[in-house]
Parts: sequence; C-alpha cells; structure tokens
Amino acid sequence: MTSENSSKDEVNHLQRITLIWIVLSVVGDLLYWFLVGPHVPPGRMTETASANQEDFNILFLVAWPVLIGIWEYMLYAVVNWRSKKAGVPESVGGPRAAENRKAETSWIVITTVAVLLLAAFGTVEVIVDHGSGGGEGPNPIWNPSGAVKADAAALAGTATWSPNSSQVLPVQVIAQQWKFTYRYPTFGGFESAYLILPVNTEIAFNVTSLDVIHSFWAYQLSIKADANPQQNNVAYTKTLHTGSFEVRCSELCGIWHGSMFNSGNVVSQSAFMAWATKTEAANAQNTKNLPPFAWTYVPDANGAAGGYYIDGTVTPYSPVEVYGSKQPGS
Amino acid sequence: MTISAERPTQVDDHSPVSPVAVKEPRGFGSGWRGQHLGTAIIAGFLGYVFGHWLGNYIASSYSYIANSGQNSVADFLALAFMVVGWYVGIGALNYPLAKMFGREPAHEVEYTGFGKYFRYNLDHKVVGLQYVVGVLLFLFTGGLLAMAIRTELLNPTTHFFNAGTYIEIVSEHGTIMMMMATSIVVGPLGNYFVPLMIGARRMAFPRIEAFSFWTFLIGYAVIFSALPFGGFPTGWTGYAPLQTQAGPGMISYLFGFAVIGVGMMTAGFNLAITVVNYRAPGMTWSRVPVFVWGILSTAALLTLATPVLFSAGLFGVLDKTAQTAFYVTEHGGSSFLWENLFWFFGHPEVYIMALPGFGIVGEIIPVFTRKPLFAYRIAAAGMIGVALLSFFVWQHHLFQSGIDPDMRPLFMLTTELISIPTGFIFLVGMGTLYRAKIRFEVPMLFCMAVYFNFLIGGVTGVFLSDVPVNVTVHGGFFVLSHFHYTIMGGLVFAFFAGLYFWLPKMTGKVMNKKLGLWHFWTMFVFFNMTFFPMFFIGLLGQPRRVFTYAKNLQSWNDFSSISAYLLGLSFLIFVANLMWSQFISPVKSPANPWDSLGLEWQTATPIPRHNFDRIPVIMTDPYHYSEEGAPALADFSGGAKTNMSSETVPGNDPT
Repeated sequence: MTSENSSKDEVNHLQRITLIWIVLSVVGDLLYWFLVGPHVPPGRMTETASANQEDFNILFLVAWPVLIGIWEYMLYAVVNWRSKKAGVPESVGGPRAAENRKAETSWIVITTVAVLLLAAFGTVEVIVDHGSGGGEGPNPIWNPSGAVKADAAALAGTATWSPNSSQVLPVQVIAQQWKFTYRYPTFGGFESAYLILPVNTEIAFNVTSLDVIHSFWAYQLSIKADANPQQNNVAYTKTLHTGSFEVRCSELCGIWHGSMFNSGNVVSQSAFMAWATKTEAANAQNTKNLPPFAWTYVPDANGAAGGYYIDGTVTPYSPVEVYGSKQPGS
Repeated sequence: MTISAERPTQVDDHSPVSPVAVKEPRGFGSGWRGQHLGTAIIAGFLGYVFGHWLGNYIASSYSYIANSGQNSVADFLALAFMVVGWYVGIGALNYPLAKMFGREPAHEVEYTGFGKYFRYNLDHKVVGLQYVVGVLLFLFTGGLLAMAIRTELLNPTTHFFNAGTYIEIVSEHGTIMMMMATSIVVGPLGNYFVPLMIGARRMAFPRIEAFSFWTFLIGYAVIFSALPFGGFPTGWTGYAPLQTQAGPGMISYLFGFAVIGVGMMTAGFNLAITVVNYRAPGMTWSRVPVFVWGILSTAALLTLATPVLFSAGLFGVLDKTAQTAFYVTEHGGSSFLWENLFWFFGHPEVYIMALPGFGIVGEIIPVFTRKPLFAYRIAAAGMIGVALLSFFVWQHHLFQSGIDPDMRPLFMLTTELISIPTGFIFLVGMGTLYRAKIRFEVPMLFCMAVYFNFLIGGVTGVFLSDVPVNVTVHGGFFVLSHFHYTIMGGLVFAFFAGLYFWLPKMTGKVMNKKLGLWHFWTMFVFFNMTFFPMFFIGLLGQPRRVFTYAKNLQSWNDFSSISAYLLGLSFLIFVANLMWSQFISPVKSPANPWDSLGLEWQTATPIPRHNFDRIPVIMTDPYHYSEEGAPALADFSGGAKTNMSSETVPGNDPT
C-alpha cells in the first residue's frame, strides 16, 4: 500500500465517522431537548427546580455527543477493523501509528475548553440562583435580597409576613430520627408536621438536626441541605406553582432512614396566611412548651431521644426536663 | 530443564532474602510444619480471647453506650490482639523481632509444595496468587450481600429482612467492596507482574509484601467481626454522629479500615519503591509499560491518602474507648471533621479504584490490535494528572453539607478538570483501535467493556460535579449507579480482562474460551441491565440505603433486582471456568499465548523462582507491534548474572 493510498483511506474513515457522529449528535440532542428535557426531574415548581432542570438539560446536550461519539467510534472499529483471519494478524500501521500530534492536540484542546466552559457555566448558575437550592451553611453568601434581614428578624422574634408583600419567608426545618418537623418564626414559632408554603414567595429554609446528620431533600422544590446537629444550614428557593411535593431524607441516618419522608403543599398566598394564622392560634399552648425559637437546639445531656451521649450527669430521659412541666400535646 | 516442585531453591547472592534449601515432599498434607494459615488462625483466636480479657480487666464495667452491656475497651483490644496474634501465628514478626533483639534471624525456610500458598511467603509470584484468592473472597462475599440488598428491594412494603439487618447488610456490602476494590488489581496483578515487567527479580521489600497480603486478609475477619455485635448502621462512609451513636459493631468498622489501611500503605510504598529503584538497565521512564505507570500512580495515592483514613479511624476508636471527642459536637468535636478526613482519603481512594484499570486496558489493547499504544506519553501524563488532581476534589462529596459555600466553585472546577486527564485514557484507547486488526479474545472484550462502562460512569460524574444538578442527584440512586459504573464497570471489568490475559502466565494453564465468552457477555449485559435503570430510579427520587421506597418505583427496582441475580449467575460461570480450566481439565499454556511483546511474557512458564537468569538489558519500549523487524525488546544475555537458571524462552524475543 503506498502512502498516498493510505492517507486517502484515512480521510475516508475519519470523514465517515465524523458525518455519522454529527447526524447522531444533532438528532439526539434535538429529540432530547424537545421530547425529554421538559419532563426531567425535578420539574418546574420553583425557581431553583426549573433552573436546575435547565442545567441538567444543557449538560446533557454536551454529554450526548461525547457518549455517542465514543460508542459510534467503537462500533465502527468493531465492524471495520477486526481481524478476519485466524491466528495473529500481520503488523499494521508502521512506527508512525504510535503518535499523531494533530489528533492529540485537538483532543486536549477540545476537552479542556469544554470542561472550563462547563465549570464557568455551573459557577454562574450557582451564584445567580442563590446557591441553586443547596445548603449554604450558617453564613450564606449568595442570598436573595431581604433574606438576611428576614432571618435576623426571625431570630429576634420581630419577623412578619403578609400576602403580596414580596417578603422573604423564613422556615425552620428540624430533622431528627426519623421525622421532619417545621417551625414558622414569623407566626410565633409554631411547629408543624407538614410543610405548607405560599406560592410566588422567596423561602429561606433553615435546616438543623437534633441528633445525627440528615439531609432535607424537598424533591419537587429542588432543595437539598444536610441537617447537622448544632448547625444552621440555609437554602433558598422561590415558589412558582401551587401543588404538592415530597420531602425525603437523603443522608443515611440509621435504620429507618428510608421511612423518613413526608409531604407538603405550595398553596396560594391567602390560603397560606389563613392556614398559618389558624394553626398559630390552635397550637399556642404547645408552642409555649417548645424551646424558645433558635437556629439550633442543643439536646439535653441524654440526647433528644435519650441516652446516646454520655456526660457526667447521666439521667434517664425525661420529657419534663426537655419541655418543662407542661408536656406538649401529641 | 524444567522447574519441579522437588527442586530445592538455591541461595541468591544478590538478594538479602536468602532462602535455604528445604527438602519437602510434595502434597497437601505434608506442609503443615512450621507457621502457616492454621497457626495464624489459632494464634489470632487466642489473641482475641486475651485482648477481651485484658480490656475487661483494665476497664471493668466501662460502657460507652449506657446500659448496652458492651465494654468498648474490651471489644477494641480483642480485635487489636487478634491482629497481633495473627501476625505472630503466620510468622510475620519472626524476622523483625529477632533483629530488634540484636539476634541474627534464622534463614527463612522456603517451602515449595502447595503448602507455600498458606504461608508467609516472600516470592512475589506466590503473594500475587494468594491475593487472587483473597480478593475473590472479598468480591464474592460482597456480591452475596448485594444479592441480599436487591432481594429486599424487590418490594417496597413486603420485607425479607428487618430494618436493622438490612442496614447491616448494606453497610457490610459497601465496606467489604471498597476494601476489595483497593487491592483487586494492585494486590494480585501489581505484585505479580510489576517486577516481571520492569525486569526485576523480586519486589524491593519481600517481607513487607507478604505483610501487606496477610494484613489484607485479617482485615476481612476484623470487618466481619461486626456482625455478631449487630453490625454498624452507617454505610461505608461511617458518618458521625451516627458513628458515635452506633453499637460495638462500629469498632470493627473503624479498626477494620485502620487494618486495611496498613495493608494499603505497605503495599503502596513497596510497589512505588520497586518501580523507582528496581528497573532493569535500559528501562527508562519512556519505556516503562503503561500498566506499571498505572500501578505507580496508584501506589502514590495508596501511600499518601491512606494515612488519613488510618488516623481518622483510630480517632473514632479513641472516642469510643478513651472518651475523647473528636467527632462529638456537644463536647467540642465536629462531625465535619470526620466528613473531611474521610473524604480527603475517600476521593483519592476513588482513583485508587480506577487507575489500575486504566493501566490494564492500556497494556492489553495493543496486544490484540497489533498496534503500538497510541500516545504513550499522554497515557502516562493522564494517570499522573488524575493522581495529582484527586487530592483537590474531596469537598464535592459535601456540596450540600453546610460547608463554606465559597469553596463550591473551586471544587466544581477541580472535579471537572479531572475529566481532562481521564479523557487522555480514552484518547489512548481510541487511537490504538484506529485502523487496527482487532482480535476479539476474552481479555480484549473486557477491555472494550471497560471503555463502554467507564464512559457512562465518567459522563455522569460531570453531572454530579455540577452544583445545581447535584442538588437533585446527590445522595440518591443516581450517584450509586455512577460509582458502580466506574468501580465495577471500570475496575472489576479491567480486573477480569487482566485475569483472563495473565492467568495463563501465572498458572501455566489457559482459561476456557467458550466459558470465558459466556462469562463476558452475561456479565456485560446484566451489569448494564442492573445499574442503568438505577440512574432513572435516582432521578425519580429514591435516596440511597433505603429499606422502603415509593410504590411507583417498584417495577424499575424489580427489573434491576432480577438483572442483579443474573449478574450474580455470570460470576458463577467465571467460577466454573476457573475450576474447569485450572483444576479439573487443565490445558497447558504456551509461554506466550497471546503473542505479546511484553517483558513478562518472555520468561518461561512456569516462571522460575527468580524470574530472570540474567537481568535483561532493555532496548526499547514493548509496543512495537506495528513494525516488521522491530528492534528487540531486551537483551537477555547481557545483564548481571546470578547462579540461578531461568529458562528464558529462546527464540521468543520479538526480533
């Protein structure tokens, strides 16, 4: 085989592979974007959910050509470049088959550019979207306007929220083995077993734990923040649509980890206001017996569930010690 | 002249390890003199009993968890003395103790019969085969636990286990598989073939090599000692405060990782030092086989990352026994300390479980494409790049954990950067396939599967590293599927590629090709059928390690479970093949069945005790497949001579 023939052959192979690759990439990406993309979890119930869905879809647009490119190439190799004879085939390619500067350089340049663009894109998204619904720790740096003020007011007990005020609503998520409860500092700090949220409202989730590490995962809201004992972990989102959503624990927290889930609702602002004021009044007696509102709670010497943490003064678990003389209603 | 088991081993003047001749009759029953596995088990048991007594004696009625009736000091000392007893019983301490007391240690007796596999043996080829059996023991135990997990997940409401048993199974599966994966290639194939590939007669530290294997093996006993104590509920990540809250089984986990850690560190630095110092003349860095590059970069990670795990585990033990509070928030410690220490080890660990696989495919593909390895320097650069970057990505496991959010763009960037050197490995593989003449033997098929699977694992890794997408996929079945694609789809497939490729050299018997093909196709198809649906299960909202799940995900889970059983069956085909080809109906292998140019294939089968008659002088790299009349790989008669005879295959050099 002369070198002229071989280089022509080379071009044909590469041309064919590239052509098929372009077709498969474009068709696949278009089908994905229009047919699959809009249905990708976590949906579009909140601002972070729709932003994170869009992020996933854009990553897929980049990932699909990579996947299909390598697969197509491998399949092409299997079909066209297999040894047809039994035994050891004769040598092919000569010494120059070991290197190809052009191929190497372009591979490195293309992957590097793609990776840097993806990292830049992710960075912009996470900053613009106030942490993308992920837990930012006790001192969030990417916060929506008014959020820090609302959290400070919540702690001082002066926070207010009313429909159509475009105020941020702080909500506290308390995780413990094996349930989530929620406190609303703007409504006297009452505690609820269900998470009810107003629509079109910026929410500041303040997540903490009473025992081990849990993770508060509000699936359709696209919120995920680890619940750490004695730490406040803050995450933000803005609700866009009404509907129900699920809450799950996504960090292993003991044997009933899988059963640690409940659900919540995003309702209209007026319905939320009505529910919150009604529940605040109905729970007033219980709320008085709760520990005063704070971002974190230190369990008593025996731990919230009793007896896990040793201390100098080990006493049996006592609800009286935790809640005062008046025990809360169930 | 052929090597027979009766032939007495001779003294090698060039080696500080000087085995003396021993006449031992052949056969299984004959070798039970001296120290071996049996004495190690007995001494380990006695150590356990003694340690437990001692713990109860020095800290009577101490209990970390109120009213549990468990003395953590006794539980820990029992395990610690079990390990010490094991070392004494196997004879690991004979030499160092004699030296320590200023006595000239007796020459090790080198056994030659089948019994040598049950002893503290200093031959890297024996240790390699011991490791094969050791990692398969870990792999199959972990695999059975995986079957149990999939059985429980068949139905969201009808349970096969109770919740506590289930979480024990999940935790043991994760831990045992992670321990297995750290050694699955480095142990058997690294120890066996690195000296052969670089033209050395032995490892740099043969005693430490044997020590690393016997440490690895006792790690198995330590981690399974959790079961009679009710296991541990933390998964393989062992997060505090769940760790603090857990019962005595947790000590087996913490100490087990410390023990395995010692095995990893010793294996790692021994391999690294061997590669750096024991290369034959002419084996320059640009001629080192790519598998050796893979092992060298892995060895660097084993040596540098594992000490963190070792210390972190012992901190946890101190919390439980000496009432320190490293991880106890209420007493001034921090649960974040464990998370960071664990993942500072844990992420390099992930690449400990990928790099050897890259090395194997790079080594095997040229043999079956009859082409040189494409872009050799980029392959080496890629593996070193991955190894370096792997120390700077650990906080991507903690994106939502409440750490300082400032760090997120940085760790997103470093994590995504690591896909550049990983991409090098794909460039090398695809370039080598280009216009090749591919022979689809079983090892080659496994290599192609590594590229197929690892591509999925790698691309989903980019999704995970993106903070916004991470909010949905972190902690769910998506990430579970992702790392099974990289570790099982990448490393375990590469291990089988290596095993099918090199077993004919290791045992002198070929593996049955038909059974091998059945094994490959069932494993490849059912692996993908098991784990691909898990991406959807995860995206649809199923968290990891759950005992019960949403009803609407049952059909996905059932599909995955049934595929998992079939995947389990494919491993039985491998076991059948191993039994059939190696023991029941062995077929003798030629010295170089794949017609490879690699140095390890230029020796006789079985490989002589000291590998090379003369140290070969290396003339070129081993990938000149594309050239007729390529330069000879090595000069086998020019190097330093010993009084050993080696039967280097005449006429089998690549000229």
